[in-house]
Amino acid sequence: MSLSRWLALGAALLLAIALAVSVGTVTVPLREVFSVFTDDASPLAEQVVWQLRLPRAVLAACVGAGLGLAGAALQGALRNALAEPYLLGVSGGAAVGGVVAYAVGLTALGLLPVAAFLGALAAVSVVVAIARVAGGRADARLLVMSGVVVGAGANAAVMVALANVPPDRARGALWWMMGSAADATWPQVGWLVVYLVPTMLWLWRDGRTLDVLALGDEPAAALGADVASASRRVFLLASLVAAATVAAAGLVGFVGLVVPHLSRSLGARVHRVLLPASALVGATVVVLADIIARTVASPADIPLGAVTALVGVPFFLLRIRRVTT
Amino acid sequence: MIRFEGVRVRYGAVEAVRGVDFEAPAGRLTALVGPNGSGKSSCVRALLARDATAGGDVWLGTTRVASLAERARARCVAVVPQRETPAFPMPVREFVALGRFPWDDAAPVTARHVDAALDRAGALSVADRSTDAVSGGEWQRVRMARALAQDTPAIVLDEPTAFLDIAHEMAAFELLRALADEGRAVLVVTHQLNLVARFADTVVLLHDGRVAASGTPDVVMTGPTLERVYGWPIVVSRDPAVGAPMLIPLRSSRTPTSG
Repeated sequence: MSLSRWLALGAALLLAIALAVSVGTVTVPLREVFSVFTDDASPLAEQVVWQLRLPRAVLAACVGAGLGLAGAALQGALRNALAEPYLLGVSGGAAVGGVVAYAVGLTALGLLPVAAFLGALAAVSVVVAIARVAGGRADARLLVMSGVVVGAGANAAVMVALANVPPDRARGALWWMMGSAADATWPQVGWLVVYLVPTMLWLWRDGRTLDVLALGDEPAAALGADVASASRRVFLLASLVAAATVAAAGLVGFVGLVVPHLSRSLGARVHRVLLPASALVGATVVVLADIIARTVASPADIPLGAVTALVGVPFFLLRIRRVTT
Repeated sequence: MIRFEGVRVRYGAVEAVRGVDFEAPAGRLTALVGPNGSGKSSCVRALLARDATAGGDVWLGTTRVASLAERARARCVAVVPQRETPAFPMPVREFVALGRFPWDDAAPVTARHVDAALDRAGALSVADRSTDAVSGGEWQRVRMARALAQDTPAIVLDEPTAFLDIAHEMAAFELLRALADEGRAVLVVTHQLNLVARFADTVVLLHDGRVAASGTPDVVMTGPTLERVYGWPIVVSRDPAVGAPMLIPLRSSRTPTSG
């Protein structure tokens, strides 16, 4: 990918964030958005930008970056164009954790993200354990299959839990499952950044290994990759990234699936390029989706996860058409 | 030097390789031939330690393959598997550069290195394409280029001439011959018996997971031996140009007696 394309991707993200800060029930002109940083903005603008919109936009960007990168890494490691963190147990586990938190009232203590994260972690551990037990060398298909199965089991558990939760709490749990960046705060953003940056860098370090893994089991082994342990490591790291995004913003579907494809079509073909490109594209997509989520039915929000899916479905259909014609 | 010592490979109840001994010495072109299902590719997989061998050992020089770490093995032997479909297309040059993966921490990949490998494999003309935009024959040559970029003392190719036309098939065997003459141990799995007769130093003929015959083409490629192993009437003549055995399978109304 050329330098100009990288600059364009970076500029697109900055523009999306600026737009996210400017647009809303109270419009803050772009000029004034930047004046917030120089201390001569109106108190209202300062309040809206600093306390509400900027943390929300940055949180959305972090969530998008994490999901985009995790999706790209999983698709490469598992050699599967449909692989994404949500398909492989992360979302199911997080949902169980989240719904349980609603059911027993942990949400009042602000422990929802912790519960969701632990749920995701538990599900991913089960997936890896199944794959490990089922085949001596955990091959990519085993990870995909056990991921799908654990996800299905988790969904069943969510339904059972929801059926037994009081209606008001059930509504809260449902909303959370549909994804939202609405409650973003700076400390939350800080935690997410501190957690995401090293995990994402670690995945990026495996970029060339991912190129080799994507060739298939036998060629990868011939080139000296430890296929089983490398696939598991990538799976685990990508799931950890996705689990953190779920803890921060609930379930934001389709980003991990669609963004890597979009980045590939922009010319990112090897993983050292594809991973950062997917992070940038994912960040931009989710920031834009969040603008739609809070302006379409303003002043009410519509779920962020619904917006990303609504945008993602036609995009994916177009891709399928291009592949089949 | 690659040496197979009493190697057995089992898939569930099926024993695909039942105690195979042979060696592919440095500086020689060794051909591993035999009917479909005779255990050729299983031998290659045993070399990659992909399936726990049910018995025996594969040696690279004086080192047991099973005792080597993956990368260390890939620095000793390059393997081009029979089939390979990348999950996502990538530029041909990047694909060939992956041959340097086992050496990652040593010398950096240079564009010259990659282009030299592509040139030698006769694939420089597709260097700027994507791996999903090359023909079956070009793909074979691009994969050979990656093995050349890996730059190992031993090289193993599983049916490298599948999908190649006559000219490229000849070019591929000339290349293998040249690699052996440079001092590398070259082991090729192939069905092209006539090319094997002309190019190989040693032929190892497998049948039902065992070595049915091995030696120079003159020794192995006799009518009775081939007829017994392949279950098809074959006449062995002489290549008028180089004097190598030349195989002519006969037309026959009878069906093959074994697969």
